[in-house]
Amino acid sequence: MIQLNVNGVEQSFGGEPEMPLLWYLRDVLGLTGSKFGCGIGLCGACTVHVNGQATRSCVTATRDAAGKEVTTIEGLEKSGLHPVQKAWMEINVPQCGYCQVGQIMQAAALLNGKKKPTDREIDEAMAGNICRCGTYQRIRAAIKAAAGEMT
Amino acid sequence: MSAIENGSRRRFLTGGIIAAGALVLGVRYYHKLSSGDKLPHDTNADHATLHPSVYLGIDPDGTVWIVASRSEMGTTSRTTLPLIVADELDADWKRVKIEQALGGSRYGDQNTDGSHSIRSFYDAMREAGATARFMLIQAAAQQWGVPAAECETDLHVVVHRSTKRRAGYGELATAAARLPIPKREELKLKPKSAWRYVGKGQVSYDLEALVTGKAIYGMDARVDGMVYASVEHPPVLGGKVKSYDDKEALKVAGVRQTVPIDPFQQAPAFQPLGGIAVIADNTWAAFQGRKKLNVSWDNGPNETYNSEAYKSELRATSHNPCKVVRNIGDADAVFAKGGKIYEADYYVPLLAHASMEPMVALAEFKGGKATLWAPTQNPQAVQDIVAKELGISKEDVICHVTLLGGGFGRKSKPDYVAEAAVLSKKVGRPVKVVWTREDDIKFDYYNAVASMYMRAALGANGKPTAWLQRSVFPPIPSIFDVNAVYGDPSHLQQGWTDVPYDLPNLRIENGPAKAHVRIGWLRSVANIYHAFGIQCFTDELAHAAGRDPLEYLLDLIGNPRAIDFKGVEYPNYGASMEAYPWETGRLRRVTEMVAGKSGWGKRKHGKGTGVGIAAHRSFLSYVATVVEVEVNDQGEVRIPRVDTVLDAGLVVNPEATRAQFEGAAVFGTSIVRSGEITATNGVIDQSNFQDYPVARIGEAPYQTNVYIVDSDAPPAGVGEPGVPPFVAALCNAIFAATGKRVRDLPITKLGLS
Repeated sequence: MIQLNVNGVEQSFGGEPEMPLLWYLRDVLGLTGSKFGCGIGLCGACTVHVNGQATRSCVTATRDAAGKEVTTIEGLEKSGLHPVQKAWMEINVPQCGYCQVGQIMQAAALLNGKKKPTDREIDEAMAGNICRCGTYQRIRAAIKAAAGEMT
Repeated sequence: MSAIENGSRRRFLTGGIIAAGALVLGVRYYHKLSSGDKLPHDTNADHATLHPSVYLGIDPDGTVWIVASRSEMGTTSRTTLPLIVADELDADWKRVKIEQALGGSRYGDQNTDGSHSIRSFYDAMREAGATARFMLIQAAAQQWGVPAAECETDLHVVVHRSTKRRAGYGELATAAARLPIPKREELKLKPKSAWRYVGKGQVSYDLEALVTGKAIYGMDARVDGMVYASVEHPPVLGGKVKSYDDKEALKVAGVRQTVPIDPFQQAPAFQPLGGIAVIADNTWAAFQGRKKLNVSWDNGPNETYNSEAYKSELRATSHNPCKVVRNIGDADAVFAKGGKIYEADYYVPLLAHASMEPMVALAEFKGGKATLWAPTQNPQAVQDIVAKELGISKEDVICHVTLLGGGFGRKSKPDYVAEAAVLSKKVGRPVKVVWTREDDIKFDYYNAVASMYMRAALGANGKPTAWLQRSVFPPIPSIFDVNAVYGDPSHLQQGWTDVPYDLPNLRIENGPAKAHVRIGWLRSVANIYHAFGIQCFTDELAHAAGRDPLEYLLDLIGNPRAIDFKGVEYPNYGASMEAYPWETGRLRRVTEMVAGKSGWGKRKHGKGTGVGIAAHRSFLSYVATVVEVEVNDQGEVRIPRVDTVLDAGLVVNPEATRAQFEGAAVFGTSIVRSGEITATNGVIDQSNFQDYPVARIGEAPYQTNVYIVDSDAPPAGVGEPGVPPFVAALCNAIFAATGKRVRDLPITKLGLS
């Protein structure tokens, strides 16, 4: 049995310990906010926080999350919207929206560590998150807006 | 709101998540079940008190139900079309609830493709709203005993002007429902001055759901008792299973069974590709089991397909006379005289869509009926192919349309949905088919590989006295007819037969090419390679003539006129030439405007920097784009700025339109930087984002400025027209910055680094 905490709730998983965290979250827990995009950690659509760190859940074995705190988009903010989500709405970032959960989780982790990221820091932190619709300039603007909000 | 409206019907498992969301696709259809004979296709609009149109219903509590009949893949059409209804109804947007239609012929065309959602449905949406508004006014006038002409509406309320009496839409709904539905001629549409939403726009109805993870995509659809499938497809198109061994696959924990799927009958169209499916308790187990399959294939005739050799074939074909699709004057006679003759070959490889959500579909076959939940651009095509594959009638195929995690044309081809349906019938349970990214890249309907040969004779001022262009590409009709080798008019029109230049001698040709993979439409389609060839060749000629590329481009476009297509089969994207003439004056205007907005010729560009320009009409919209690039000593390309001006006629949702053009610049960046699919012995070489890279944040344009021409012309497309001129302008900018001509895409072949 793997014990882990997902969005503040203790969970135990008796299935295949090698199952990537993404599929445990989606298929077993029914938390479908985190998305499947590439399966090999190249696109960032599956990004969640593990002990506060942005993590590609598609290449993280559930076993490796044992004893850790996993936060998904469903648990990013206890009530209401996280400042990053508010900024995403204010700047009207999403088009299809499929990658945006991963982008938001990545951006939230960035802003936890860097209060006022520069363009270069944003580009570096977000380089692992692909948006095929091409919303990057709005993502950058929203991160800056959220940074203003969070300080 | 409960996710379970009717216990006897499908129950969604997403429980608390789905119930909490404003966006609940596929579950609200069973609302207000009273008489027991409600069909699964019914909408809340159908059962609303006042229901004058399939698109609209009004309940006594004032709720306005608007049906989105076309798919949402990121263009915001699911919001923008209902916004037109709401405007004409004079409804309060806050009291509008949008529901997604199932596939059904009563909605007219539902194939969300070709950038025509607004153009084709603008009138229908207005009429729906105006009809309800007419009936509400009539009902109020009758109640008050005053002439209807003395009444007007004011945001969800009917008002009697002189007495200031007011009645809300909800309180009038029951009385209005007793009135006859007015004829179209009786309707009075609102004047532009009274528009509330059209031209001002609105953010996506689903915006909050999109940023909270509550939005339901095809990947997120779940039903009780479903199993998961991953399919090993024939690696070569048209291949068949010779034999297979599933012993090891069946040992994987969670794997239930394997199921063979028949190969398709030629031509492939939207049939499943065939292969071996692994059925499992969860997605990951299905993936793992599939890796343990041992399949031996009969690859069939496409095994001989190699991209390098094929490219040479296309080029060789383009160097010889081909089928003439448009001719003016006698270009050959001018070429025969000699003088300054320029020629160039351009090449664009196969391109994959790579939407962020790979292909996925959930199907349940039960009691002779198939129910699907799918991220599809084309639910009616789903009905057709699933009916055919399962041997049932189209009416027994119920297709719920989820949100799409990107589409770009791929998801209008429902082979993956048919695959889920076939498997559900074989397995006897609901089956969710999940394609991996590798499946998505390797089994796409690719944008055609194309070779273009361009030739021009230049006169005294450097202007062409004769112009010849030949394109050769495997055509999209080849997926329906394996013998189709020539471009059809609907794709030759895409920036090829409609070259907008005022030239005395012009010949346009198209040559044959046989397809060895499935060819399909991808955002902007043939316009991508045609605009690349024409707009880059134009830039080359400008430099050859020693003229400014902007001034030269304007000179070639010539004076404002409507292009005469006499003798040319020019479908004009399905629109009439009267309503949507090809007006060179509009192309000229956006070109002049973008020059001004970008500071063309006024800003200094140092070493390694440069700007490029291109102009193009596609999907009835006129677009001109200027791209600025910086190329450093390591050959790394940055795109600090893009300016683009579009004339798409009336733009209903400017904010969403700007977003489409920002996105088009990124999509075009991917094409130029790295877009290339190749095959070796019929097998696609690429597999995932490491070998089919798409633009990331630092590679995409830093700032794209979008300017919309204020126009009262009828609405035209906005989803696709941004891509073609961007691609050409970026390539022209790279030449300006480096002196290196981009004739073969992508630029990885250019040797910049």
